[in-house]
Amino acid sequence: MPTTAAPVSVSELKDVARRVRSHIVQMVYHAQSGHPGGSLSAVELGVALFWNHLRCDPANADWPERDRFILSKGHATPFYYALLAERGFFSPELLRGFRTLGSPLQGHPSMGSVPGVEMSSGSLGQGLSFAIGHALSGRLDNRDFRCWVMMGDGELNEGQVWEAAQAVPHFKLGDRIIAMVDRNGIQNDGFGDDIMKINPPEMWRGFGWHVIECDGHDMAAVDQALTEAERPHDQPRVVVAYTIKGKGVSFMENNPGFHGKAPTAEQLAEALAQITEGLQ
Amino acid sequence: MTAPATPAAATREAYPVALIELVEQGVDVVALDADLSVSTMGYQFGARYPDRWHSVGVAEANMVGIAAGYAANGKTAFIASFASFLPGRCYDQLRTSVAQPKGGLNVKCVASHGGVTVGEDGASAQAIEDLALATSLIPFDVVVPADFESARQAIVTVGKTQRPAYVRTGRPKVNAIYDSTYRFELGKANRLRDGDDVTLIACGILVGIALDAAALLAAEGVSARVLDMATIKPIDRQAVLSAAVDTGAIVTAEEHQTHGGLGSAVARVLAEERPTPISFVGVDRYGTSGKWDELLRYFDLTPQRLAAAARETIARKR
Repeated sequence: MPTTAAPVSVSELKDVARRVRSHIVQMVYHAQSGHPGGSLSAVELGVALFWNHLRCDPANADWPERDRFILSKGHATPFYYALLAERGFFSPELLRGFRTLGSPLQGHPSMGSVPGVEMSSGSLGQGLSFAIGHALSGRLDNRDFRCWVMMGDGELNEGQVWEAAQAVPHFKLGDRIIAMVDRNGIQNDGFGDDIMKINPPEMWRGFGWHVIECDGHDMAAVDQALTEAERPHDQPRVVVAYTIKGKGVSFMENNPGFHGKAPTAEQLAEALAQITEGLQ
Repeated sequence: MTAPATPAAATREAYPVALIELVEQGVDVVALDADLSVSTMGYQFGARYPDRWHSVGVAEANMVGIAAGYAANGKTAFIASFASFLPGRCYDQLRTSVAQPKGGLNVKCVASHGGVTVGEDGASAQAIEDLALATSLIPFDVVVPADFESARQAIVTVGKTQRPAYVRTGRPKVNAIYDSTYRFELGKANRLRDGDDVTLIACGILVGIALDAAALLAAEGVSARVLDMATIKPIDRQAVLSAAVDTGAIVTAEEHQTHGGLGSAVARVLAEERPTPISFVGVDRYGTSGKWDELLRYFDLTPQRLAAAARETIARKR
């Protein structure tokens, strides 16, 4: 079944989000490395997208008409692999091998390693360009798939993002590419406002995009924002989701220390308890 | 001297000709330029197949990413710019978005204005590092054709593989070395002249200069073999080994620094198979403005220099 027949309810989506969060903290704990903060912040965006918007067939991941999900913020692999496993692209059992020798689940995405991974990323700023190639190819071949590109806000520091941002409206690809920004406000070295203070909505508007802003952890709001992004518009759409780095685990929330650090055993137990508590 | 008396064609002029040929043969080619299409000649392909060609503006990194996206959909994606910007301005994109995925996506770089013969634009435009960068991208084939015919066939040939490739072309019009009876083979050297005392191994514009050097040496009674080593990677190991066995002395010549290009590739084969006296002729300093043929003399990329290097290398034979 390539497409989702009926919209999945917000409460079901929230259940999926909790499972994804549990995977994330466990994967990073077992690997004792990885990026929990920017994985936890992206969960609602990813879940709403993969269950209610992305046209895909997990059993036939290379289906030519599929929508492409391109993870440009490649360090968010715990989120990405957990999402793909929960959506049925591969067995969740694979998640345990994350970042270990012999596992297909490298620290950053490697195209073709597991079904659903569309692009090799990890060096930031390259996803939107890659999506343009997909979209132009789709236009040339008369296919009507969409490319959904997820970027981080720290990633917007990269110049290539803006090389691509100017090209999307120029090539009139607004109905083929939808950008999403996980605006969690923290990057590798600290708070974005200290590292490089930027104003993403104004930047995107300046490049000719229609900006849709939402609370990135309000599942209904995220679902609604993605629906709005799908509507035809004379400008390309970008969803700027305001999120909290480390969302769902109190001691990781808004804590730059957990951008790329694993929890201890005690912290894992506490994190899982908090995530499960969220199940109620 | 080195400037040809009857200029024929620049190797860059072969680019659109080869792309049109590929499309006519049924290859699903798309091509991108980064605001230098009048110089790379890519615009001529765009005029013929407007839906298969785009200019991305002055944005080489974006160009590489778009090409990778095309290739992920089964296209044979060509990108063109000056060799100083491609790969220099987008090396990380070539590595992450093209070279690493699935053992290499089907993206072909055709970089024009290679080396110092770009001329008057000066040091910033004179690529003498591109071959070192391109050969370091693991799945890439790397080719430096010597004339129009060789360039046309090389581009058509790499256009039919499923691997990424880097082809370097040049700005000035150079004399034809080959006619249409020539058959370019990827990974194979072409022996243009046989000899017993030394082998001159050259690529690109240095091939013609090596032939002139061999003529100078012949007048002194020195018999020089000349190999057109158009393919830097994969290097023709057998041709290098045969040259070492048969002539016992090697001179490499390239319009590139002597680190990381043709000379390094040849030296590695010799080190592994048969240590042999070798000299490296190249460009190991940044350039300046001048006419392209003046710059060849300024950098001492001349038949006289190659002949001197040959004599010096022969003297090191034991």
